[in-house]
Amino acid sequence: MTMQASEFQIWLIIVVLGIGTFLLRWSFLGALGNRELPEWVMRMLRYTPVSVLPALVAPLVVWPAATGGETDPSRIAAAAATVAVGVWTKNVLLSIAAGGSTLFAMLYVLG
Amino acid sequence: MSPTPEPRPQHGQTPADDASAKALARTPRAAFVYGITQSLPFLIVIIPFAVLFGVVATEAGLNVAQVMGFSVLVLAGASQFTAVQLLSDNAPTIVIILSALAVNLRMAMYSASLLPWLREASGRQKAWIAYALIDQTFALSIQHYERHPRLGLQQRLAYFAGGALVLCVPWMVATWAGATLGDLIPDDIALDFALPITFLAMIAPMLRTTAHLAACFVAITAALLLAWLPSGLGLLIAAPLGMATGAIVEARTEGKA
Repeated sequence: MTMQASEFQIWLIIVVLGIGTFLLRWSFLGALGNRELPEWVMRMLRYTPVSVLPALVAPLVVWPAATGGETDPSRIAAAAATVAVGVWTKNVLLSIAAGGSTLFAMLYVLG
Repeated sequence: MSPTPEPRPQHGQTPADDASAKALARTPRAAFVYGITQSLPFLIVIIPFAVLFGVVATEAGLNVAQVMGFSVLVLAGASQFTAVQLLSDNAPTIVIILSALAVNLRMAMYSASLLPWLREASGRQKAWIAYALIDQTFALSIQHYERHPRLGLQQRLAYFAGGALVLCVPWMVATWAGATLGDLIPDDIALDFALPITFLAMIAPMLRTTAHLAACFVAITAALLLAWLPSGLGLLIAAPLGMATGAIVEARTEGKA
Protein backbone atom coordinates (compact mmCIF):
# COMPACT_ATOMS: atom_id res chain seq x y z
CA MET A 1 0.00 0.00 0.00
CA THR A 2 1.33 3.48 -0.75
CA MET A 3 1.05 6.22 1.78
CA GLN A 4 -1.76 8.64 1.04
CA ALA A 5 -1.20 11.09 3.88
CA SER A 6 -0.61 14.68 2.81
CA GLU A 7 2.43 16.68 3.78
CA PHE A 8 0.28 18.63 6.23
CA GLN A 9 -1.13 15.49 7.81
CA ILE A 10 2.33 14.03 8.35
CA TRP A 11 3.63 17.20 10.01
CA LEU A 12 0.50 17.44 12.10
CA ILE A 13 1.16 13.92 13.39
CA ILE A 14 4.82 14.70 14.09
CA VAL A 15 4.09 17.92 15.97
CA VAL A 16 1.12 16.64 18.00
CA LEU A 17 2.93 13.43 18.83
CA GLY A 18 6.01 15.44 19.82
CA ILE A 19 4.04 17.71 22.13
CA GLY A 20 1.98 14.85 23.56
CA THR A 21 5.06 12.75 24.26
CA PHE A 22 6.79 15.68 25.89
CA LEU A 23 3.77 16.27 28.14
CA LEU A 24 3.72 12.61 29.17
CA ARG A 25 7.40 12.82 30.12
CA TRP A 26 6.99 16.15 31.83
CA SER A 27 3.72 15.26 33.60
CA PHE A 28 4.91 14.35 37.08
CA LEU A 29 8.22 16.19 37.02
CA GLY A 30 6.44 19.35 35.98
CA ALA A 31 2.71 19.69 36.47
CA LEU A 32 1.38 16.91 38.63
CA GLY A 33 4.09 17.21 41.26
CA ASN A 34 3.28 15.22 44.32
CA ARG A 35 -0.06 13.89 43.28
CA GLU A 36 -0.14 10.12 43.65
CA LEU A 37 -1.65 8.09 40.86
CA PRO A 38 -4.12 5.45 41.96
CA GLU A 39 -2.44 2.08 42.20
CA TRP A 40 -4.50 0.53 39.43
CA VAL A 41 -3.37 3.20 37.00
CA MET A 42 0.28 2.52 37.81
CA ARG A 43 -0.40 -1.18 37.34
CA MET A 44 -1.95 -0.65 33.92
CA LEU A 45 0.90 1.63 32.83
CA ARG A 46 3.37 -1.14 33.63
CA TYR A 47 1.80 -3.31 30.94
CA THR A 48 1.62 -0.77 28.11
CA PRO A 49 4.70 -1.97 26.21
CA VAL A 50 3.79 -5.67 26.38
CA SER A 51 0.25 -4.89 25.23
CA VAL A 52 0.59 -2.15 22.64
CA LEU A 53 3.56 -3.52 20.71
CA PRO A 54 2.28 -7.13 20.36
CA ALA A 55 -1.18 -5.87 19.36
CA LEU A 56 0.45 -3.74 16.68
CA VAL A 57 2.70 -6.51 15.42
CA ALA A 58 0.39 -9.57 15.50
CA PRO A 59 -1.66 -8.72 12.38
CA LEU A 60 1.53 -7.74 10.51
CA VAL A 61 2.98 -11.18 11.24
CA VAL A 62 -0.10 -13.19 10.39
CA TRP A 63 -1.28 -11.18 7.39
CA PRO A 64 1.79 -9.35 6.00
CA ALA A 65 1.10 -6.46 3.64
CA ALA A 66 4.02 -7.50 1.43
CA THR A 67 2.25 -10.73 0.42
CA GLY A 68 -1.06 -8.99 -0.09
CA GLY A 69 -2.29 -10.17 3.31
CA GLU A 70 -1.68 -13.83 2.69
CA THR A 71 -0.14 -15.80 5.56
CA ASP A 72 3.50 -16.48 4.75
CA PRO A 73 5.48 -19.37 6.29
CA SER A 74 8.77 -17.45 5.99
CA ARG A 75 7.48 -14.52 8.01
CA ILE A 76 5.82 -16.74 10.63
CA ALA A 77 9.07 -18.67 11.05
CA ALA A 78 11.06 -15.43 11.31
CA ALA A 79 8.71 -14.10 13.99
CA ALA A 80 8.91 -17.37 15.93
CA ALA A 81 12.73 -17.36 15.77
CA THR A 82 12.84 -13.74 16.97
CA VAL A 83 10.62 -14.42 19.98
CA ALA A 84 12.36 -17.69 20.86
CA VAL A 85 15.83 -16.15 20.84
CA GLY A 86 14.57 -13.05 22.64
CA VAL A 87 12.97 -15.02 25.46
CA TRP A 88 15.96 -17.30 25.71
CA THR A 89 18.85 -14.80 25.55
CA LYS A 90 17.09 -11.57 26.60
CA ASN A 91 19.31 -9.94 24.00
CA VAL A 92 17.53 -7.61 21.59
CA LEU A 93 20.24 -7.56 18.94
CA LEU A 94 20.75 -11.34 18.87
CA SER A 95 17.03 -11.74 18.60
CA ILE A 96 16.79 -9.35 15.63
CA ALA A 97 19.68 -11.16 13.95
CA ALA A 98 17.93 -14.51 14.45
CA GLY A 99 14.68 -13.21 12.97
CA GLY A 100 16.35 -11.50 10.04
CA SER A 101 18.52 -14.46 9.07
CA THR A 102 15.57 -16.87 9.40
CA LEU A 103 13.51 -14.65 7.13
CA PHE A 104 16.14 -14.36 4.43
CA ALA A 105 17.04 -18.06 4.62
CA MET A 106 13.38 -19.09 4.32
CA LEU A 107 12.67 -16.67 1.50
CA TYR A 108 15.74 -17.98 -0.32
CA VAL A 109 14.84 -21.65 0.20
CA LEU A 110 11.14 -21.25 -0.62
CA GLY A 111 11.99 -18.94 -3.50
CA MET B 1 37.42 -3.24 39.68
CA SER B 2 39.63 -5.52 41.78
CA PRO B 3 38.17 -6.50 45.13
CA THR B 4 39.92 -4.90 48.07
CA PRO B 5 41.61 -7.44 50.32
CA GLU B 6 41.27 -5.66 53.68
CA PRO B 7 37.97 -5.86 55.46
CA ARG B 8 36.41 -2.38 55.60
CA PRO B 9 34.97 -0.93 58.77
CA GLN B 10 31.21 -0.73 58.68
CA HIS B 11 29.81 2.69 59.55
CA GLY B 12 26.66 2.47 61.57
CA GLN B 13 24.02 4.31 59.55
CA THR B 14 25.32 4.49 56.02
CA PRO B 15 27.39 1.52 54.98
CA ALA B 16 29.36 3.57 52.50
CA ASP B 17 30.96 1.07 50.18
CA ASP B 18 33.64 1.94 47.72
CA ALA B 19 31.36 2.72 44.81
CA SER B 20 29.12 4.88 46.94
CA ALA B 21 31.99 6.90 48.38
CA LYS B 22 33.29 7.42 44.87
CA ALA B 23 29.90 8.51 43.56
CA LEU B 24 29.46 11.02 46.38
CA ALA B 25 32.90 12.49 45.84
CA ARG B 26 32.32 13.23 42.15
CA THR B 27 32.16 16.82 41.02
CA PRO B 28 29.19 17.51 38.72
CA ARG B 29 31.67 17.47 35.86
CA ALA B 30 32.94 14.02 36.84
CA ALA B 31 29.36 12.81 37.29
CA PHE B 32 28.62 14.02 33.77
CA VAL B 33 31.57 12.06 32.40
CA TYR B 34 30.52 9.02 34.43
CA GLY B 35 27.02 9.26 32.94
CA ILE B 36 28.60 9.30 29.49
CA THR B 37 30.75 6.22 30.05
CA GLN B 38 27.88 4.24 31.56
CA SER B 39 25.62 5.02 28.60
CA LEU B 40 28.05 4.06 25.88
CA PRO B 41 27.12 0.33 25.77
CA PHE B 42 23.52 1.25 24.94
CA LEU B 43 24.68 2.72 21.65
CA ILE B 44 25.02 -0.84 20.33
CA VAL B 45 21.22 -1.00 20.33
CA ILE B 46 20.35 2.65 19.73
CA ILE B 47 22.39 3.25 16.59
CA PRO B 48 21.13 0.29 14.50
CA PHE B 49 17.59 0.99 15.72
CA ALA B 50 17.81 4.62 14.62
CA VAL B 51 19.33 3.71 11.25
CA LEU B 52 16.51 1.22 10.78
CA PHE B 53 13.94 3.91 11.56
CA GLY B 54 15.51 6.21 9.00
CA VAL B 55 15.47 3.48 6.36
CA VAL B 56 11.94 2.21 7.10
CA ALA B 57 10.42 5.70 7.29
CA THR B 58 12.07 6.75 4.04
CA GLU B 59 10.92 3.57 2.32
CA ALA B 60 7.40 4.26 3.57
CA GLY B 61 7.49 7.57 1.71
CA LEU B 62 8.57 10.22 4.24
CA ASN B 63 11.13 12.80 3.20
CA VAL B 64 14.31 13.45 5.17
CA ALA B 65 12.87 16.50 6.96
CA GLN B 66 9.86 14.50 8.16
CA VAL B 67 12.00 11.57 9.25
CA MET B 68 14.20 13.97 11.23
CA GLY B 69 11.10 15.68 12.58
CA PHE B 70 10.15 12.39 14.18
CA SER B 71 13.56 11.71 15.70
CA VAL B 72 14.12 15.26 16.98
CA LEU B 73 10.63 16.30 18.09
CA VAL B 74 9.27 12.94 19.28
CA LEU B 75 12.51 11.17 20.22
CA ALA B 76 10.82 7.87 21.14
CA GLY B 77 11.70 4.93 18.91
CA ALA B 78 8.82 2.52 19.37
CA SER B 79 6.19 5.22 18.93
CA GLN B 80 7.96 6.58 15.85
CA PHE B 81 7.85 3.13 14.26
CA THR B 82 4.20 2.78 15.25
CA ALA B 83 3.28 6.09 13.63
CA VAL B 84 5.13 5.24 10.41
CA GLN B 85 3.54 1.79 10.24
CA LEU B 86 0.04 3.22 10.68
CA LEU B 87 0.82 5.99 8.18
CA SER B 88 1.64 3.40 5.55
CA ASP B 89 -1.60 1.58 6.45
CA ASN B 90 -3.38 4.89 5.74
CA ALA B 91 -4.96 4.89 9.19
CA PRO B 92 -6.87 8.06 10.21
CA THR B 93 -4.67 10.81 11.70
CA ILE B 94 -6.35 10.69 15.12
CA VAL B 95 -5.87 6.91 15.35
CA ILE B 96 -2.19 7.30 14.48
CA ILE B 97 -1.67 9.95 17.15
CA LEU B 98 -3.55 8.02 19.85
CA SER B 99 -1.78 4.75 19.11
CA ALA B 100 1.67 6.29 19.10
CA LEU B 101 0.90 8.17 22.33
CA ALA B 102 -0.33 4.92 23.90
CA VAL B 103 3.09 3.44 23.19
CA ASN B 104 4.59 6.32 25.18
CA LEU B 105 2.25 6.14 28.18
CA ARG B 106 4.96 4.37 30.13
CA MET B 107 6.93 7.62 30.15
CA ALA B 108 4.45 9.15 32.57
CA MET B 109 5.46 6.36 34.90
CA TYR B 110 9.14 7.25 34.41
CA SER B 111 8.33 10.85 35.17
CA ALA B 112 6.63 9.86 38.41
CA SER B 113 9.55 7.64 39.45
CA LEU B 114 12.16 10.34 38.87
CA LEU B 115 10.25 13.09 40.66
CA PRO B 116 11.40 12.26 44.22
CA TRP B 117 15.03 12.50 43.09
CA LEU B 118 14.75 15.64 40.96
CA ARG B 119 12.11 17.62 42.80
CA GLU B 120 14.42 20.56 43.52
CA ALA B 121 15.49 21.04 39.90
CA SER B 122 14.47 24.28 38.17
CA GLY B 123 11.60 24.34 35.71
CA ARG B 124 14.00 24.69 32.85
CA GLN B 125 16.06 21.71 33.98
CA LYS B 126 12.93 19.62 34.39
CA ALA B 127 11.85 20.50 30.87
CA TRP B 128 15.19 19.33 29.47
CA ILE B 129 14.98 16.11 31.47
CA ALA B 130 11.46 15.52 30.17
CA TYR B 131 12.65 16.03 26.62
CA ALA B 132 15.48 13.50 26.97
CA LEU B 133 13.57 10.97 29.09
CA ILE B 134 13.88 7.80 27.02
CA ASP B 135 13.91 4.19 28.20
CA GLN B 136 17.68 4.06 28.54
CA THR B 137 18.27 7.42 30.25
CA PHE B 138 15.51 6.53 32.69
CA ALA B 139 16.82 3.05 33.44
CA LEU B 140 20.37 4.32 34.00
CA SER B 141 19.44 7.29 36.16
CA ILE B 142 16.93 5.63 38.43
CA GLN B 143 19.42 2.81 39.03
CA HIS B 144 22.17 5.29 39.84
CA TYR B 145 19.97 7.46 42.11
CA GLU B 146 18.63 4.49 44.05
CA ARG B 147 22.07 2.98 44.41
CA HIS B 148 23.50 6.24 45.74
CA PRO B 149 20.64 7.98 47.53
CA ARG B 150 22.86 10.68 49.04
CA LEU B 151 23.95 12.21 45.76
CA GLY B 152 23.41 15.95 45.48
CA LEU B 153 21.02 17.45 42.95
CA GLN B 154 23.87 18.74 40.77
CA GLN B 155 25.45 15.28 40.67
CA ARG B 156 22.13 13.71 39.69
CA LEU B 157 21.45 16.27 36.98
CA ALA B 158 24.98 15.96 35.58
CA TYR B 159 24.75 12.17 35.45
CA PHE B 160 21.45 12.38 33.58
CA ALA B 161 22.85 14.96 31.18
CA GLY B 162 25.81 12.72 30.35
CA GLY B 163 23.50 9.85 29.45
CA ALA B 164 21.12 12.07 27.51
CA LEU B 165 23.94 13.52 25.42
CA VAL B 166 25.39 10.12 24.52
CA LEU B 167 22.05 8.50 23.74
CA CYS B 168 19.85 11.20 22.20
CA VAL B 169 22.29 12.91 19.84
CA PRO B 170 23.41 9.66 18.13
CA TRP B 171 19.73 8.72 17.82
CA MET B 172 19.22 11.77 15.63
CA VAL B 173 22.46 11.43 13.67
CA ALA B 174 21.90 7.72 12.98
CA THR B 175 18.31 8.42 11.91
CA TRP B 176 19.64 10.90 9.40
CA ALA B 177 22.18 8.34 8.15
CA GLY B 178 19.39 5.79 7.73
CA ALA B 179 17.14 8.23 5.92
CA THR B 180 19.95 9.10 3.53
CA LEU B 181 20.90 5.44 3.03
CA GLY B 182 17.27 4.43 2.65
CA ASP B 183 17.18 5.57 -0.95
CA LEU B 184 20.10 3.31 -1.82
CA ILE B 185 18.51 0.11 -0.53
CA PRO B 186 16.79 -1.97 -3.22
CA ASP B 187 13.01 -2.25 -2.86
CA ASP B 188 12.80 -6.00 -3.25
CA ILE B 189 14.50 -7.04 -0.01
CA ALA B 190 11.88 -7.91 2.60
CA LEU B 191 12.22 -4.70 4.59
CA ASP B 192 8.51 -4.73 5.43
CA PHE B 193 9.37 -7.23 8.11
CA ALA B 194 12.10 -5.19 9.81
CA LEU B 195 9.54 -3.51 12.06
CA PRO B 196 7.75 -6.67 13.28
CA ILE B 197 11.09 -8.33 13.98
CA THR B 198 12.43 -5.32 15.86
CA PHE B 199 9.30 -5.03 17.99
CA LEU B 200 9.18 -8.74 18.73
CA ALA B 201 12.82 -8.59 19.76
CA MET B 202 12.00 -5.72 22.14
CA ILE B 203 8.98 -7.47 23.63
CA ALA B 204 10.40 -10.97 24.13
CA PRO B 205 12.84 -10.08 26.93
CA MET B 206 10.02 -8.23 28.75
CA LEU B 207 7.94 -11.38 29.14
CA ARG B 208 9.27 -12.08 32.62
CA THR B 209 6.15 -12.75 34.65
CA THR B 210 2.79 -14.45 34.24
CA ALA B 211 1.17 -11.02 34.21
CA HIS B 212 3.35 -9.88 31.30
CA LEU B 213 2.62 -13.08 29.38
CA ALA B 214 -1.12 -12.77 30.01
CA ALA B 215 -1.16 -9.13 28.91
CA CYS B 216 0.72 -10.00 25.75
CA PHE B 217 -1.48 -13.00 24.96
CA VAL B 218 -4.76 -11.11 25.39
CA ALA B 219 -3.49 -8.16 23.35
CA ILE B 220 -2.45 -10.44 20.48
CA THR B 221 -5.68 -12.43 20.49
CA ALA B 222 -7.81 -9.30 20.56
CA ALA B 223 -5.75 -7.62 17.83
CA LEU B 224 -6.16 -10.62 15.55
CA LEU B 225 -9.89 -10.92 16.25
CA LEU B 226 -10.38 -7.19 15.65
CA ALA B 227 -8.22 -7.00 12.54
CA TRP B 228 -11.32 -6.47 10.38
CA LEU B 229 -11.88 -3.04 11.96
CA PRO B 230 -10.62 0.06 10.10
CA SER B 231 -6.81 0.28 10.36
CA GLY B 232 -5.45 1.09 13.78
CA LEU B 233 -8.77 0.85 15.59
CA GLY B 234 -8.29 -2.76 16.68
CA LEU B 235 -5.05 -1.70 18.34
CA LEU B 236 -6.82 0.95 20.40
CA ILE B 237 -9.16 -1.72 21.80
CA ALA B 238 -6.73 -4.63 22.05
CA ALA B 239 -3.99 -2.71 23.89
CA PRO B 240 -6.15 -1.57 26.85
CA LEU B 241 -7.55 -5.10 27.12
CA GLY B 242 -4.00 -6.42 27.41
CA MET B 243 -3.05 -3.74 29.95
CA ALA B 244 -6.11 -4.49 32.09
CA THR B 245 -5.31 -8.20 31.95
CA GLY B 246 -1.74 -7.58 33.09
CA ALA B 247 -2.95 -5.40 35.96
CA ILE B 248 -5.57 -7.94 37.09
CA VAL B 249 -3.18 -10.87 36.95
CA GLU B 250 -0.57 -8.87 38.85
CA ALA B 251 -3.08 -7.94 41.55
CA ARG B 252 -4.15 -11.58 41.90
CA THR B 253 -0.62 -12.97 42.15
CA GLU B 254 0.26 -10.32 44.71
CA GLY B 255 -2.85 -11.12 46.71
CA LYS B 256 -1.81 -14.74 46.92
CA ALA B 257 1.78 -14.03 47.88
